[in-house]
Order: sequence, then C-alpha cells, then structure tokens
Amino acid sequence: MSIDWAHFTPASALAGGVLIGVAVALFVLLTGRIAGISGVLGGLLQPSRGDVGWRVAFVAGLMLSPWLYRLLAPLPPLVIEAGTGRLVLAGLLVGVGTRYAGGCTSGHGVCGVSRLSPRSLVATAAFMAAGFATVFVVRHLVAG
Amino acid sequence: MPRLLASFVAGLVFGIGLLLAGMANPAKVLGFLDLAGAWDPSLALVMAGAVAVGSVAFALAKRRRVSLLGAPMQLPTARQVDRRLVVGSLVFGIGWGLAGFCPGPALVALGEGAGQAAVFVLAMLAGMGLHAWRERMQGTALAAPVPQDA
Repeated sequence: MSIDWAHFTPASALAGGVLIGVAVALFVLLTGRIAGISGVLGGLLQPSRGDVGWRVAFVAGLMLSPWLYRLLAPLPPLVIEAGTGRLVLAGLLVGVGTRYAGGCTSGHGVCGVSRLSPRSLVATAAFMAAGFATVFVVRHLVAG
Repeated sequence: MPRLLASFVAGLVFGIGLLLAGMANPAKVLGFLDLAGAWDPSLALVMAGAVAVGSVAFALAKRRRVSLLGAPMQLPTARQVDRRLVVGSLVFGIGWGLAGFCPGPALVALGEGAGQAAVFVLAMLAGMGLHAWRERMQGTALAAPVPQDA
C-alpha cells in the first residue's frame, strides 16, 4: 500500500463528512427518520399512503444539490470509468444488495455506525470488505 | 409542510456534503477502495466527520419520543445479525467496487446531468424493484419482511 498524496484531500473530506453528519442530524431530529438513501429510494417502489412526499423531497434535495453547489463554487470533477455494461451490473447489485441488507453507505455506514448498531457495524465491515476485494480483482487481477 | 421542507433541506445538505467531500465522484471512491494501488484515504475521513456529528445527533434522538417537528421518532430496533444482512451487504459491496457508485452519490451525479449516472440509477431502481417484487411474492407465504435499518 502506498498513499496517493496527490489525490488525498483531508480537509475537504472531513468538512464534507461533517456536512453529511449535519444532514443526518437535521433529518433525524426534525423528522424522526434515518437518512438511509437506499431505504428512502426503495420505499418509493413500495409506496404506502402518506409515505411518499418526504421521500420525494429528500431525493429532490440530493439531486438539486449540484445546482446550489455550483452557485458557491465550481463543481468538483466527475469521472465515471465504468462502461455501460459494468454500470448496469453494478447498479443491479447495489439495488438488490442494499435492499436485502436493509441499508447502504448512509443508512448502515453513517447512521448505523453513529448509533453503534451491531447490524450496521457488521454490514459496513461486509460491504467495505467486498468493495476492497472487488477493486483488487478488477484492477490488479483482471486488468493487470 | 415543515417536515417536507426539512426532508428537502436534509437531502440538499447531504448532497453538498458528498460533493465537497469528493464522494460524488466514483473515481475518488475507487481510489479509496484500491488498497493495493495508490491509496486515497479521503473516504475514511468523510466517515469520521459524518459519524462524529451523527453520534451526537443520535444520542439526542434516542432520548426523544417525538421529533422537534412532532413526528414519531423512528429509530431501527432490529439487532439480529442474519444471513440477509451479510449477503446483502456483500452483494452491495461488489456492485460498489465495480463502478464506485453507491445510492447517494449516484443520485447527486444524476443531478449533475451525467448520462452514465442515469444508466446506473435505472439499473439500481430495477434491482430495488426486483427486491420489492420478491418480497411481495414471499409476503403472502411465511417470510418476515427484511428489517429496514434505513
């Protein structure tokens, strides 16, 4: 392992993380809910009465965030290396996996770890390990 | 109405945090997941910052029965670590490592107008739909619904 000092951005990473924490805090303290994005989105596919508006509002906020960001600063680079086939496969796996596990990076990784939930600690360890292993295979075994 | 506005603002702040952290960019996420290459530890600091604030928020939330806007406090109660949790998380992690996208950043990148993000999000919705369909099929039989942590 060697640290990529050219791309390591500790200050903006920490500041961005704090903002994510603030968003999670606002959400739970004001609405009483967990800001887990796979759950917010997945719930829209199994809609029940009175349970749709807040989900749409949260997703709209996420999707409009680049517009607000752009008023304050230039948008950071967006580099998507995966081709269409890989994006489709990745999307399917993320969709099925997060719903099956009951959460993703936000619901388990941020909210659950903040609550020290045993389920979320296990989930986070599992998806991190699978992510590390997958990138190792793709970049160093298949591509190498 | 105040709750809808609170949800919208929370989504907005979440997205701005992702953008500022560089996490709406899959290349940067993959830089973190590539331990054997040139490793970019940034994502670990994003988690640290988010969890530091989140811990305080949830400590406060746990002591309340209703939110500040009067909604019931809905914190997850499931504690059982089961096969679905582990298998689902592993499947999610493989997808995450393939493209560098998880659900939040994909929606932000879609908001930036990236066509490839649209491909990912459509596939992700299809995957979520598949899960919803399976659950409906099983729901009439015996299976308990998947505990939702989020």
